[in-house]
Amino acid sequence: MFNIKDLKASIGDKEILKGINLTINPGEVHAIMGPNGSGKSTLAKVLTGHPDFTEAEGSVLLKGKNLLELDPDERALEGLFLAFQYPVEIPGVNNEEFLRMAYNAKMKKNGKDAVDPLDFSDFIQEKLAKLSMDESFLERNVNHGFSGGEKKRNEILQLLVLEPEMVILDETDSGLDIDALRIVAKTVDAYRRADRGILVITHYQRLLDYIKPDIVHVLANGKIVKSGDKSLALELEDKGYDWVEAEAK
Amino acid sequence: MSLEEIEKIAGQNYKYGFKSDIETEVIPKGLNEDVVRLISERKKEPKFMLEYRLKAYNHWKTLTEPDWTHLEYPTIDFNDISYYAEPKKKEKLESMDDVDPELKRTFEKLGIPIVEQKRLANVAVDAIFDSVSVATTYKDKLLEHGVVFCPLSEALEKYPEIVKKYLGSVVPHTDNFYAALNAAVFSEGSFVYIPKDTVCPMELSTYFRINAEETGQFERTLIVCEENSKVSYLEGCTAPMFDKNQLHAAVVELVALDNAEIKYSTVQNWYAGDPKTGKGGIYNFVTKRGKCAGKSSKISWTQIETGSAITWKYPSCLLIGDDSVGEFYSVALTNHHQQADTGTKMYHIGKNTKSTIISKGISAGKSINTYRGLVQINKSAKGAENFTQCDSMLIGSDCSANTFPYIDVRNAQSTLGHEAATVKVTEDQIHYFQQRGINMEDALTTIVNGFCADVFKELPTEFAVEATQLLSLKLENTVG
Repeated sequence: MFNIKDLKASIGDKEILKGINLTINPGEVHAIMGPNGSGKSTLAKVLTGHPDFTEAEGSVLLKGKNLLELDPDERALEGLFLAFQYPVEIPGVNNEEFLRMAYNAKMKKNGKDAVDPLDFSDFIQEKLAKLSMDESFLERNVNHGFSGGEKKRNEILQLLVLEPEMVILDETDSGLDIDALRIVAKTVDAYRRADRGILVITHYQRLLDYIKPDIVHVLANGKIVKSGDKSLALELEDKGYDWVEAEAK
Repeated sequence: MSLEEIEKIAGQNYKYGFKSDIETEVIPKGLNEDVVRLISERKKEPKFMLEYRLKAYNHWKTLTEPDWTHLEYPTIDFNDISYYAEPKKKEKLESMDDVDPELKRTFEKLGIPIVEQKRLANVAVDAIFDSVSVATTYKDKLLEHGVVFCPLSEALEKYPEIVKKYLGSVVPHTDNFYAALNAAVFSEGSFVYIPKDTVCPMELSTYFRINAEETGQFERTLIVCEENSKVSYLEGCTAPMFDKNQLHAAVVELVALDNAEIKYSTVQNWYAGDPKTGKGGIYNFVTKRGKCAGKSSKISWTQIETGSAITWKYPSCLLIGDDSVGEFYSVALTNHHQQADTGTKMYHIGKNTKSTIISKGISAGKSINTYRGLVQINKSAKGAENFTQCDSMLIGSDCSANTFPYIDVRNAQSTLGHEAATVKVTEDQIHYFQQRGINMEDALTTIVNGFCADVFKELPTEFAVEATQLLSLKLENTVG
């Protein structure tokens, strides 16, 4: 369902992604691990169409459509979702309003009527409960003044509201304490379904204890240098990345 | 989305830029004593008014144009402007049906209901076209409550004593260069009088439309609220697109006696000039001031400034009565080559007087947006309080925002608070919206509206939606 082919991207003259190939089939969870500076976060930005990377080469197919030819909002409406590593603060914009706007953008795309505030309020209560989030989250402005952990939870709340088919988690475990990590990870794991794909970008393997990946990839120097099953993550945790990088050369 | 794209989105279509084909009588350009006399004669004014105008004109001649603002524009040739224009067919109108159909269409296009069956529920409208008032709705119904709402020229005819007593009492003709000019040549405006113990039963509003080319509009508005009375008033403004700049130099005076309350809202959308070259557009040089003359009186200014090539105004309050309250809520959006130098002045004179200033400046394109405000707490104003918050938002990287708050406190028993912040709409914020499926126009509008929420909530409900939509329109993408 999700097919990255020979994806290259640069900042200025510096090539960051040097030809990435990756296929995620429906129902699969893949993890991408790698040292700092390997291109993990760049990959997330390129896939969502961040303005820093408008000139990517290659192709990214989601259910047959090439995302690289679409605007970022169109990519999202095709079912691509990124839980950001550093969710941005948006002062003055109410969180519930924002969620409803995003939800209604999806409804519109699907040719359905917009949901009014009252119905939406009912709809969201149940999602909040899943994440043990307090109702007061909705009253606050989007990520504004949120702690690191609150921001990450808010990302997952959006995931539950929008129900995308292709989910990318970018370092979602960073900034979470043990309890929050458990709640967030379990929620994502429960999100797995035969028609959905998940790509977990992470530095450490602890998140993968909860969201067991089908395939683990190692990203180094802008390329996927090794792929394997879950045991690869444990091996990396144990031995570091040096050996993989050495092996790749 | 890149910065350029954010800037592109901030482009705009000015949908009020059409010119109506209405036969207009315009007096020859230039300003001299004869022109002043001619205007007064045209309006069939009482003698005191002519004398007042001539006094103002002679004073104006001794003044020079002020140059202390943060604005740039070529010197205005005051003899290259016509000071009076009126639609030709102007017999006394007996009912709305007598209004020139072309005029009716014009106001309909502007979304202003002057035809009775289309009127806004619970809003009385005075429509002013160039130098004359063409229609006032709900006049009779208001009179039943003793409320007078009519063109100023009609008030001079019917209520000369009230006009004589208050005109120039808040903004004297000696106040400043443009106030003197206005006093000499003002052509029309709205007059509101709320008698004692009366709450005006509906919103009042005036729509100003400049249609004739190379004409100045000099309207003058006077609102008087007697003891224990209350009114909410809104003005809206539009103009066609011309290559040449047009001068709009209005004066607004408000008087609130004991326990009276005046809420004055403005949605200003004059033509801003060509988006690319900056050519044309309205010079909006306006003096607005309210006098809280009575004890516990209150004057509240709310302004949404989105149009004009240059906006230069400081709606102010003279807080004379003890326990009186002055408020100023402002959103000023500038885009392309627009310039705005706006803010307020709060003069605390009475004891325990309070003022609140909330100003939100938004700059996009190559525009310059300046907040300039004065809080003056005099020796007599023991126990005075002021809170000021002036925030700026920058969209793109070619615009600028300035803040000049002046604070002058002359006693030790008063309290002041001042907050200011500058925010920039970032690519990351827009990208965040987009990643959730929300397009960039909606994203930008939502961010800007959020920034302005504190001010929008002060608008009468009928107009809050209008203001939100106007802002969206101003930020609309013109290309693709």
